[in-house]
Amino acid sequence: MIPAAFEYHRPGDVDAAIALLQTHGDEARVLAGGHSLIPMMKLRMAAVEHLIDLQDVTALQGIQIASDTVTIGAMTTQHDLIADDGLAKVAPIIREAALQIADPQVRYMGTIGGNVANGDPGNDMPGLMQCVDAVFTLVGPDGTREVKAREFFEAAYMTARDDEEILTQIRFPTHAGGYAYEKQKRKIGDYATAAAAVLLTRDGGMCNAASVAMTNLSDVPVFSENASAALVGSACDAGAVKAAVDAMLEDIDPSEDNRGPVEFKRHVAGVILGHAIARAWSRA
Amino acid sequence: MGKMHIKLTVNGEAKEVLAEPRELLIHTLREQLEITGPHIGCETSHCGACTVEMNGKSVKACTMFAAQANGAEITTIEGLGYPDNLHVLQQTFREHHGLQCGYCTPGMITRAHRLLQENPNPTEEEVRFGMAGNLCRCTGYQNIVKAIMAAATEMNAAKEAAE
Repeated sequence: MIPAAFEYHRPGDVDAAIALLQTHGDEARVLAGGHSLIPMMKLRMAAVEHLIDLQDVTALQGIQIASDTVTIGAMTTQHDLIADDGLAKVAPIIREAALQIADPQVRYMGTIGGNVANGDPGNDMPGLMQCVDAVFTLVGPDGTREVKAREFFEAAYMTARDDEEILTQIRFPTHAGGYAYEKQKRKIGDYATAAAAVLLTRDGGMCNAASVAMTNLSDVPVFSENASAALVGSACDAGAVKAAVDAMLEDIDPSEDNRGPVEFKRHVAGVILGHAIARAWSRA
Repeated sequence: MGKMHIKLTVNGEAKEVLAEPRELLIHTLREQLEITGPHIGCETSHCGACTVEMNGKSVKACTMFAAQANGAEITTIEGLGYPDNLHVLQQTFREHHGLQCGYCTPGMITRAHRLLQENPNPTEEEVRFGMAGNLCRCTGYQNIVKAIMAAATEMNAAKEAAE
């Protein structure tokens, strides 16, 4: 379990990291917490000749909370997200989801930026970021651009990020109302068999806004506009939940693997989304 | 690919090694520094037998390159206690039969140590959640949880007595 040889770089700022990416092209990869990339390198499923460790780029770390916006540096760890009480007040779904990722040791190292930029459909943050309608900042040789989480993921491990770009920060609106991140997994540390992120708000007895996204049920995370719409104007009762689940099932496309056959995953997806809607509604 | 000059502080002692960038921290510790408390179990970041403390974090030394740890402070089980002077956690693991074969124990105790630094009064549920990155195939965990709860009580009593 020893990776192929590579050259190790530890730049001190984003510009130096991008210069290394330009010099070494597709032989280079940036390293955040390493808990997706290093296992792949050990299995020799990822070939990296130049590893660019971002741990000294301190500008990529930290959580900033403004009146209605949260901005998170890409190198902020899951542990940091969980520990931040301010974040838990204005965006409680983040802590709820981060606590369901991997195990304590992995959460000390694993970062939010790595979790989304890797483009692994099993990761939890991509679907969560679609649910909260996040925007990713990408910095490259030609400057800075922004891409919405809902438009970032193209296929498994394929994203809108160019080879010479670094995902530097993530921004999303704060949320009030109900929230839930519900995840079915076989054991601690496993990826989801199915997971659902739900945000909703209510006005009296009626849901007046909702956002639903699903994890590991397609080769990309699935933001379901129709499932979200099915909840709006309802009291999130059994009929509305069924309509949302039916709409979500139209949008996912799970494949059979060691977590089960397609029909089982579709069944679990429906159960999990039902739980998530109920919990979010109870908190709204 | 040249070797890198890597400086670490391990259990309070400054260490310097030469290592290829691809050398995993667990191999540097065990094979170069002959610190063999951290074990290699699954080598795939699941089992936690290789857990060490690095700059105040519990990390799995099989899923990190020594190069990433350059400049870091590392504590292993050897830095917590030794046969003539056991750490409280080592004592309570012995008293409560928190180990059978002992293979997972260095990782368990190193992780439990950090858990109690961050949460000195954990509930049983918090201990189980905080220890979820360490697998034991012998004990069924019941006695590991008891040992950690007992260590928390003893450490808090000692702290109070000192104040």
